[in-house]
Amino acid sequence: MMQSLLSILIWLPIVGGFAVLALGTHRGGEARWAALAVAVATFLVSIPLLVGYDADAGTMQFIEQHRWIAAIGASYHLGVDGISVALIVLTTFVTPLVVIGAWSSVRDKVNQYLAAFLVLEGLMIGVFCAMDALLFYVLFEGMLIPMFIIIGVWGGPRRVYATLKFFLYTFFGSIFMLIGLIYLFLQVHTWDMAQLAALPLTLREQTWLFFAFLLGFAIKVPMWPVHTWLPDAHVEAPTGGSVILAAIMLKIGGYGFLRFSLPIVPDASQALAWVVIALSLIAIIYVGYVALVQEDMKKLIAYSSVSHMGFVTLGIFLSLALARTSGDKDSAYLGVSGAMVQMISHGFVSGAMFSCVGVLYDRVHSRMIRDYGGVVNTMPWFAAFWVLFSMANCGLPGTSGFVGEFMVIVASFAMSPWVAAGAAFTLIIGAAYTLWLVKRIIWGDVANEHVAKLQDINARETIVLLAFAAAVLALGVWPEPLTHLMDASIRHVVDQLLVVKAG
Amino acid sequence: MPFSIQDLQLILPEAFLLFAICAVIVVDLLVKPTQRDVTHWVSFGAVAATLLLVVIDRGADAVGFSGMFVHDAVARLLKIFMLLIVAAILAYARTYLKDRRLHVGEFYELVLFATLGMMLLVSAGSLVMIYVGLELLTLSSYALVALNRDSSLSTEAAMKYFVLGALASGLLLYGLSMIYGATGSLDLARIHLADTGVGGHPSLLLFGLVFVVVGIAFKFGAVPFHMWLPDVYEGSPTAVTIFVSTAPKLAAFGMAYRLLDSGLGALAPHWSLMLAILAALSLVIGNVVAIAQTNIKRMLAYSTISHMGFLLLGLLDATPSGYAAAMFYAICYALMTAVAFGMILLLSRVGFEADDIDDFKGLHQRSPWYAFVMLLTMFSLAGVPPLWGFFAKLLVLKATIDAGFLWLALVAIVCAVAGCFYYLRVVKVMYFDAPTEKKALELPADVPLRWLLSINGVALLFMGLFFGPLLTWCYRAMGAG
Repeated sequence: MMQSLLSILIWLPIVGGFAVLALGTHRGGEARWAALAVAVATFLVSIPLLVGYDADAGTMQFIEQHRWIAAIGASYHLGVDGISVALIVLTTFVTPLVVIGAWSSVRDKVNQYLAAFLVLEGLMIGVFCAMDALLFYVLFEGMLIPMFIIIGVWGGPRRVYATLKFFLYTFFGSIFMLIGLIYLFLQVHTWDMAQLAALPLTLREQTWLFFAFLLGFAIKVPMWPVHTWLPDAHVEAPTGGSVILAAIMLKIGGYGFLRFSLPIVPDASQALAWVVIALSLIAIIYVGYVALVQEDMKKLIAYSSVSHMGFVTLGIFLSLALARTSGDKDSAYLGVSGAMVQMISHGFVSGAMFSCVGVLYDRVHSRMIRDYGGVVNTMPWFAAFWVLFSMANCGLPGTSGFVGEFMVIVASFAMSPWVAAGAAFTLIIGAAYTLWLVKRIIWGDVANEHVAKLQDINARETIVLLAFAAAVLALGVWPEPLTHLMDASIRHVVDQLLVVKAG
Repeated sequence: MPFSIQDLQLILPEAFLLFAICAVIVVDLLVKPTQRDVTHWVSFGAVAATLLLVVIDRGADAVGFSGMFVHDAVARLLKIFMLLIVAAILAYARTYLKDRRLHVGEFYELVLFATLGMMLLVSAGSLVMIYVGLELLTLSSYALVALNRDSSLSTEAAMKYFVLGALASGLLLYGLSMIYGATGSLDLARIHLADTGVGGHPSLLLFGLVFVVVGIAFKFGAVPFHMWLPDVYEGSPTAVTIFVSTAPKLAAFGMAYRLLDSGLGALAPHWSLMLAILAALSLVIGNVVAIAQTNIKRMLAYSTISHMGFLLLGLLDATPSGYAAAMFYAICYALMTAVAFGMILLLSRVGFEADDIDDFKGLHQRSPWYAFVMLLTMFSLAGVPPLWGFFAKLLVLKATIDAGFLWLALVAIVCAVAGCFYYLRVVKVMYFDAPTEKKALELPADVPLRWLLSINGVALLFMGLFFGPLLTWCYRAMGAG
């Protein structure tokens, strides 16, 4: 059982998803309960993973290796370290909430909707534990299919445009990564990620590979200037799609940088870290400004996601520069930790924000900020949650948003006060767009009769928001369990940063 | 030319098929037009029995009829898949042909003759056999395309196919004659020996090679020899299109392999560059023009052109693993295309050809299962993991990079992304658009069609996860790793 825990985590939701699909369109009620059962079961299965993982060692654990395609050296090779465990638990935590969130808001072909999410969950978990590059790529790309369907079938009015853009953008980026991986494969004749990392490469080779990986993961994160698919996808996606997209799929980009760019092409990553740092700072500041002027709630949160994910890439590449030029391993460690905590925290916060928007959208069927105002008068409980998540979004101490941002900013001080100033700017701009959003939607007098007729959140919605709120507060007040979980693994990553591969 | 009884044993499946075809002709004469199903089942049985003969034949590699006929693992593998596909196509085509009063014995006879031609082609050991096999295949195909003789579109397509095909055959024959002149032999093995030797006629040989490559490119439908392909695909009855677009591509691969590797392997540096150019052109033109199509048969025709570009990527590596990748690609392509056209056959009705992309509108609501099968097919054609099409593309890309054509691999992937768009459009039409009529799809009562098509479609997903054995088989057949 414990030996094949990861396989169970991957295949349980996928098989469960197909079972839900087989229930047929007309049995929506059964489909909901079945999907919820599968999602909760997957979450329960992930608890032994969290508990059983030996965080002090920080090594790859729960390893499974089977032959898959011997002819091309690909194997079904799974394993997790602390970073993966954190992201997997994030995934299994958010998916049941998405299923609950869709309980009454999705009525059309509900079994297919839920099946798509379950299959997607399995694929995402697979991405986080793949140790074989080909397996990683297959799962990484395979995720596009359910998401394409989710946005395209259950999305808003411009869903076709948005979903095609989402698919083609991501496909375009990752296929260059594929060429890079094939190139590596031809050198070592294995797809094993540890062996790819051990392969010596000249700086020239590394540079090309770096750009191949960058294109793949930068679009996924997404980084400025290839972020434009994200606002469209978020705006048109159904609530659940937005939640999964923001909470988990974006993290896969950051995870990819840690797993591919840093270990396989460390020298090129160092040489070109300034590119990523510059793009990240632009994302943090410029995209923050862009968020300020949005009139669509979902678009605003989408841009805020781009800005927050800028912190993640900043933290990762900052550490690289720090560890290798000044040998400041402690700051480097702080940077990567900050990036990881930020990823997890943003998973909760953005998921919660999009769930909140979903709650309003279900009632008023508008995402436009101008259609709201004074919601606190009719929905006090909802307003309380919204304000909490907004505070977390702008990084208020005591919420999870603060921890990661603080760590990255401290690390960036070690590099240069200017970078730190740029990064810290996000606290101001983030507060500006988030609080202004709160002001326009929540506070004030009741703006129109739609708002006047609003009902406060029901028990089902309360469960979802309460779960997110608990996670946000727990992480903000006591981040120690999370940092401890990832601590040794991150130190391992930082040690890897120092390896010089180019001869 | 003396031959022994062992020679006859080598061509047992082919000989059996030939006699079976004669039997089909006789049976078809005896049955009434209303009982044409008998012809169908006899033909189906003939293909199945031939397949069985190929499968149980575990004889060692051998050469028969003084080198004319090669019996090896490559030929066996290709024959198995050709026969499988032909059997599936016979099942797919029946209802469609009946609905259109095209359910005639000639269809079966011509398909079987073409199959015989393909089997001979992939087993060819000499230039003569190549030409004989090719002509048997193409002449049957010309007639098949014109099967619907009352349709001007169909006859026009057949005429175009015939004229261009005859021209290509002529060019190929011209090339073959030059190779014969340069090496003094028709036997591929001896040509191989001769062209590695010194003191031959290198320029004459190269000149011949150019024409041979043209002939092969025509058969594949690679740009700039692709002009016939969209018209033939669109003009022929869909039941014929599905045949022309699938199994013959496997045969074309067999022919290219025999000619280029078995015969002219020593000239690989020359032909691999030619193939690289053909591949690049096919990839770009095929994918870009497909975007503009509204007729799904035409769209699939251009998609075929781009897939042939991918297939050539595997060939140009000129190593056993490259050939294995190309063969794997050809098999994968043929099975994917069979589902795509099979779906058109499934949706067609009396007086209604489901050949516009818009005819698939809202299929998801009218028949979720077949929409899902078509979705798998489209994602597989686009090369999205975890479907089979992705792994086929992965292997040919690997071969390309291995051969040092990194630029070509980059062209290929950019084209693959562009190609994604038109496959996704089909998915979009099926899943995101509202159907023009609400009621559930009336499916034909043809059980073999429905089951085989479903199995064929799901196989694309299954093979994506477990393609290992087939790939190993391809590698072994080619003698790679």
